[in-house]
Amino acid sequence: MTEPVITAEKLDLTFQTNDGPVQALRDVNLTINKGDFVSFIGPSGCGKTTFLRVIAALEHPTGGHITVNGMTPDEARQSRAYGYVFQAAGLYPWRTIAGNIKLPLEIMGFPKAEQEERVKNVLQLVDLEGFGKKYPWQLSGGMQQRASIARALAFDADILLMDEPFGALDEIVRDHLNEQLLALWARTQKTIGFVTHSIPEAVYLSTKIVVMSPRPGRIADVIESPLPRERPLEIRDTPEFIAVAHRVREGLRAGHSYD
Amino acid sequence: MNRILPVLTVVVALIVLWYLGAVAMNAQWTRDQAARAGQELSFTGIVADTLSQDRPKLPAPHQVAAELWQTTVQKSITSKRSLVYHGWVTLSATLLGFAIGTGAGILLAVGIVHNRAMDMSVMPWAIASQTIPILAIAPMIIVVLNSIGIQGVLPKAIISAYLSFFPVVVGMVKGLRSPDAMQLDLLKTYGASGGETFRKLRLPSSMPYLFTSLKVGIAASLVGAIVGELPTGAVRGLGARLLSGSYYGQTVQIWAALIAAAALAAALVGVVGLIQRATLKRMGMER
Repeated sequence: MTEPVITAEKLDLTFQTNDGPVQALRDVNLTINKGDFVSFIGPSGCGKTTFLRVIAALEHPTGGHITVNGMTPDEARQSRAYGYVFQAAGLYPWRTIAGNIKLPLEIMGFPKAEQEERVKNVLQLVDLEGFGKKYPWQLSGGMQQRASIARALAFDADILLMDEPFGALDEIVRDHLNEQLLALWARTQKTIGFVTHSIPEAVYLSTKIVVMSPRPGRIADVIESPLPRERPLEIRDTPEFIAVAHRVREGLRAGHSYD
Repeated sequence: MNRILPVLTVVVALIVLWYLGAVAMNAQWTRDQAARAGQELSFTGIVADTLSQDRPKLPAPHQVAAELWQTTVQKSITSKRSLVYHGWVTLSATLLGFAIGTGAGILLAVGIVHNRAMDMSVMPWAIASQTIPILAIAPMIIVVLNSIGIQGVLPKAIISAYLSFFPVVVGMVKGLRSPDAMQLDLLKTYGASGGETFRKLRLPSSMPYLFTSLKVGIAASLVGAIVGELPTGAVRGLGARLLSGSYYGQTVQIWAALIAAAALAAALVGVVGLIQRATLKRMGMER
């Protein structure tokens, strides 16, 4: 399980804005292996979302080199290498939950019968059986976000990219979804890139934590988690967990030392 | 009952004001007539006369109602004096103009959203087109089309379309642009084409905006059709009734035609509203 899926070398990205150029990423080097759960954590403006968007070919680097499954991000998108989950569920209000999950399948041209089959499977995967015929507004925020995860899983990409997917939800719902996400990860063996603001969330979920710091966005620390893959919620009270969280906090503080 | 009562109160208040206005405005003529005949009129005599003149400055509501009754129910609908006949003439031009205007408006909006050159160039012209008084341009449209052999309902429909395309363009452009960056990015991650983005995201997102525009547009269509009837020599249609009424000082006829036009507009907007509710409900967008 040490096959690299995403490799970034000397990645630079500079946005041209009206206030002059803004360096969003500088000299980012990172390897993500198959089956990893990698969290990106850091303050606003540290480039964590930008890096995720570069992987997804939603932004294009101005320097350096990145491969996804050995291809350029654009080619990887064409070969349906990843599913992307945004901060908001972004379900279409005029489609049912099943209709929303079918959206990528319709665009990618899956046959009708297979669409139904896949919708059924992913709804089961996110514990939303029986909600296919409901409209988004009939579901709670947490259920909507689960539906959007199901939508990203529907076409069975190997990589799941998640941009603060639980950021808008309350802590209790978030805990629950984190547990479910770990279970889903264990079952599907996917590689997950996960952007978050929350130290406990990053430590609880990840096998690898990438601590980033802002202006310009760069990697401050990469922590390989010593925690086992099997993680009950109580693991958050163990000394190992607290030690990792401490190191993340140190990394974040170091990134801020100059201001 | 909770919804009817306030509406009824306003209607009653308006009718009372209307009667007061009719008495006040028509009293001068009554007094002049009496003075000429050398008669003295009591107050009740003045009031009674002001509400039953043949050509009052302001006809009383019951006079207008009687005229409406006579020219709709009591005339055969093929008669030249039937408001139903004239209403249908105007309605057919309105509906044709509305169809043309809506179609043109949607096409322009699609162009504006998808083509940068159109975005920069078309919108200022669309806005400029609405600053020209329709009364000034309507006769020219009639004359120009007539000279190339186009007569009948089409010139009126084009004037009607001229007024109704604008709200549709504005509403549709806003609607087609209503999906946010995240929703567009999502489709990008699926490798969706421009056509798919339009069909699956932009078009459905624009529906609430479209219907709001259609309500404004259909009322504007009716105004356009009526204005289009004025320069044609007052032959047929509600506009013709308005014009011939003013030629011959038939104020009761003018007011009856006005009320008929208002009722028609209300009915048209109501129909669009019903279609809106049915469509959005089918789309699951109405809770």
